[in-house]
Parts: sequence; C-alpha cells; structure tokens
Amino acid sequence: MEVLGYYNYWVFAVLLMIGFYAVIARSNLIKKLLGLAIFQSAVFLMYITMNKVEGGTAPIIQKGVVDQIFSNPLPQVLILTAIVVGVSTTALGLAIVVRIKETYGSIEEHEIFEADLPK
Amino acid sequence: MNFSEHLPALQVVVPLLSAPLIVLLRSNGLAWAAATATSLMAFAIAVAITLGVLDGQTFPYSMGGWPAPYGIALGVDSFSAILLLIVSGASSFALLGGRPSLNSQIEAHRQPLFYAAWMLALAGLSGIVVTADAFNIFVFMEISSLASYVLIAGGPDRRALPSVFKYLVMGTIGATFYLIGIGLVYMMTGTLNLADMEVRIQGVADQSPILVAAGFITIGLALKAAVFPLHAWLPNAYTYAPHMVTVFLAACATKVSLYVLLRFDFFVFQQNLAGHAFQFATFLMPLAVLAVVVASAYALFERNLKRLLAFSSVAQIGYILLGASLVSTAGLTASGLHVFNHALAKGTLFLAVACLAMRFSSLHLQDLSGAAKSMPLTMAAFCIAGLSLIGVPGTAGFISKWYLIGAALNEGALGIGLAVIIVLSSLMAVVYIWRVVEAAYFHTPNTSAVNIKEAPRELLIITLLAALANIYFGVNSAVPVALASDAANLLMGHLQ
Repeated sequence: MEVLGYYNYWVFAVLLMIGFYAVIARSNLIKKLLGLAIFQSAVFLMYITMNKVEGGTAPIIQKGVVDQIFSNPLPQVLILTAIVVGVSTTALGLAIVVRIKETYGSIEEHEIFEADLPK
Repeated sequence: MNFSEHLPALQVVVPLLSAPLIVLLRSNGLAWAAATATSLMAFAIAVAITLGVLDGQTFPYSMGGWPAPYGIALGVDSFSAILLLIVSGASSFALLGGRPSLNSQIEAHRQPLFYAAWMLALAGLSGIVVTADAFNIFVFMEISSLASYVLIAGGPDRRALPSVFKYLVMGTIGATFYLIGIGLVYMMTGTLNLADMEVRIQGVADQSPILVAAGFITIGLALKAAVFPLHAWLPNAYTYAPHMVTVFLAACATKVSLYVLLRFDFFVFQQNLAGHAFQFATFLMPLAVLAVVVASAYALFERNLKRLLAFSSVAQIGYILLGASLVSTAGLTASGLHVFNHALAKGTLFLAVACLAMRFSSLHLQDLSGAAKSMPLTMAAFCIAGLSLIGVPGTAGFISKWYLIGAALNEGALGIGLAVIIVLSSLMAVVYIWRVVEAAYFHTPNTSAVNIKEAPRELLIITLLAALANIYFGVNSAVPVALASDAANLLMGHLQ
C-alpha cells in the first residue's frame, strides 16, 4: 500500500499543480491570485502531514501518564506563520488588483497589456 | 554583558521597531527624518559589525537566550558583513539624498506609510542576512518582499501596478518553492538551524528528498534573485518603481536572495550530496553565461534609460553567479567582490537617473539629448559609475572583473572561453553606457530642455559622493577584498 499510504502527499502534489496551473494559464488577475492561494495551501498541507506521528496526541505533559506518543508540534507552529504570510500576500495582491481596476478599468491581463502599448 | 554582542539582533530590531513609530508620525518631514536616522543607525551597526568581523569576531547570538539548535540563532561572518554594508548603505544613501525625488513622486498623505514600508524592507533584508535559521530566512524574505511590493507600487506611474503584480506572483512562487524545500529538509533532518542541518544531513540514509529539496530551494531563490531566465519580473518592476526605491532595491534586493542561495548550496548541500558540486556548477554556469550575454544584448537595444540599467542588473547577477559556479576560492572571492562593487556602481547610476528624472519628464534616451550641458555634475557622476560598471581600471568595477577573469583563467580551456565571454559582455556594457553618454553629451538639446538646471542640492551631493565611493574602492580595495576572500574561504572551507 505504498501509493495509498502517501495519500496526503499525493493531494499535496495535485493541489500544488492545480494552483500553479491557474497562476500560469488564467489571464484574470483574481483567478491568478486564487491559484496562488491554492498553491500556498498545498504547502501548508505538506507541513501538517509531516508532523503527524501514528498514534500520537497533542504534546501536553500530564500527571501520571507516561510513555505517551506525541505528534511533532513544530511544523504546525511554522505553518501558522506561513499561513499569516499567505494571507497578507493575498490581501496585498487583491489591493493591487483593486488599484489596477481603478486605473485601467480591467482585470484581464491582455487588456492591461494592450492599454499600455504606445499608440 | 557586552553591548557589541547584541549588534546582530539590533541590526533587525532597530528598523523593525521604527516602522510602527513612523506610521504614527503625522508630519512627512518628521517621518523622513526618523526613517533616515534609523537607516543611518543600521548603517553604523553594519559598520561596527564589519569592523568586528575583520577582527575575527562572529557575533553568535541566541534569540531570547534559547540555545541553538532549539532557539533561533543569529550570526554574522564576512560574507554577511558585505551584504549588511550594501543593504544599510544603499538605504541610507537613497534616504539621505532622496527627499526631493520622493516628494515629487509619493503623494504627501501617504509618505509616512511609505517610509514605514521602507523600514520593513530594510529590516527584512537585514534579517535574511543575519539569521542562521532556515525558516527565519523565509519569514524575513516575505517581510522584505511584501514591503518592497508596496514600495514599488508607490510611484505615480500606473504601469508599476501590473509590474508589481507580476513580481508578487513570481516572488510568492519563489518563496513557496523555498518553503517546500525547507519542509523536505526538516522532514529528513528534524532541524531548521543551518549549521545543525549541515551536520545532520550526513546521517540521512535516503538522500533523494534532500536532492529534491536542493532543487526546490535553488529554483525558488533563483526566482527571487532574478537569475536568467527567471528574471522576467525585474526589468518592469525596477523601471516603474519610484526612483529612490530603484536605487535601494537594485543595489541589494536580488543580491540578498543570491546570498541565501550560496549559503544553502555551499554550507548545507554541497558536501553532503553526492556530486552536488558538479550539478550546481553545470546547472548554474550556462544560466550565468546566458544572463551575461542575453541581458547585455537586451540593454543594447533598450531606449528607456531605467530599463536599460535594469537589464544590465540581470547581466551583473550573471557575473556574480558565474564566479560562484566555478566552485573555487578565487571564483567566490570574485562573486563577493562583485556583490559589493555592483551595488556601488548600480546604486550610483540609479541615483544619477533620479537626478535626471527631477528635471526631465521622460527618461527615453532621445529625450535626454544634451543633458550634460544643463546637468554636468549629474552626468559626470553617471559617467564615473558607468565606467565602474564596465570595469575600467581605477574604478571599483575593475577590481571584481579582474578577480573574475583571473578565477576563470584558473579553469583551463573552459576558463578561456568564460574569460572571452566576460570581456565580450564588458564591451557590450561599453556600448550601452556609450549610448547614454552620446545622447547626453553630443546631441543638441531639445528646445524644451534649454532652461533645465542641475538636480536639487542634497540629491546631487549624495550622487557625487556615491560616484566618489566608486573611485575610492577602485583605488583602495583592501577592505572589500579582505571581506570577500575571507567569505570565499569560509564557503569553500565547508567542502572538506
């Protein structure tokens, strides 16, 4: 069951590629940003997956309980930071799209490109 | 407790804390003064650190007193000292002289926010350099990137917006690739501390995830560093950014990513992966050569002065990478030197561009006809920096080109080919700088350009000072050479 056992990693890879494809193939700037968000979320999933230890619980030390298996909390902390970074990137990206819409009147990449061509 | 111990932490904390304070300042003049003072303080810290490094100190620092590898460790060596000098130096020069240019380009009510973003960019870039923790690098990289997107989009030119969107998308993809790489390494080694990583990778049985991680990290950082052919975001972002932002970012932003790339490849991966040195060199050397040749060719035909210099920046990144891809002490010395000298030359060139932009409405070469008649001092500074970019003896650029050709010639037949390419591309630099000089000195001024005066005094003084620095470090290159060769020995020292 090698392939199924890596279920989460397959989802990670597929999500990553879906996001990447949207960034490259879509000319609508909002869709590009959505793709970028999916792309980043895929990586969050990878981090969350790798901290899981089979049979492990939350790493809280309790009185009288010994030999407890803990999941690794560090990747979750890391990814919390990365989620914040991802949210602020998306927010900034959307803010830029708003300003592009205000100045160019469009959020389609080719229309923006054509608007700046010398007439 | 010795004060100098805290210098690496202060390098980041000072600009980071000043950012929210600057937001609170309502007056634009005060905001500018606070940002400039902070930047100068950061420069003073960088100088103090450099002096310490030259004395052999390494400034190890454990954040919050938690010992590495559990806590976040900071540390500075001669390689980071070069980067700290150019980051804080470029920021200080741009802020000190840049007030007139910024006032003309940034809307008055947004200026305090703009300076706050500038401080965040400074803190992020310094943070990447001082930290010894892989994830910390990611966080600082995103702080500096998000801040620089804001800075680039701050100008009056609407074309900055699509350019910055492109930069944001490509920059985020680069950072996410880096994050994937770090995740894979963490999965296999269980550590984020670079020094600890280097040791623990040796004990990893299955090397393939590490190899994949090396690929992700190299590509991700190459995107951030605008290594050819991943440079697509750079020319437009630099062209349409406010002029002072271009001075700051062109001097240091891409080089900081390149610094992380070299740190990873030489400290962590090189000696641990079978044949990595060979893969690194064969992968990056063709890209470096292409960058040097193709980007210089683009610059030859570019009509907009700022875009011309931006393409030249892509070519110069190629030189830095070329030195590193030789994987030799001489090559890395040349790279380290070129990081420093190119920052000097390109910073000065963009300062001169900012001076021209104060008086000319367009930066197309035909609109700059006869600029030297009305702005002789600005154009003199431009010429000195241009000569430095080309690598004429007596200027800083000559020193690094000299070392680079020397390093290439050590490599036998391949090296002769590389040396020919370096000389050829320097000749291309002669041509594209000459096109500017020809327009400014030998064409008759446009009728609209008759009443043009020199640039505002403070901007002009800073530009001339920067130009003099190009000459000073061309004649008296002891300090950068000492730092660069020490850095090269450090990097090579990790390969057994």
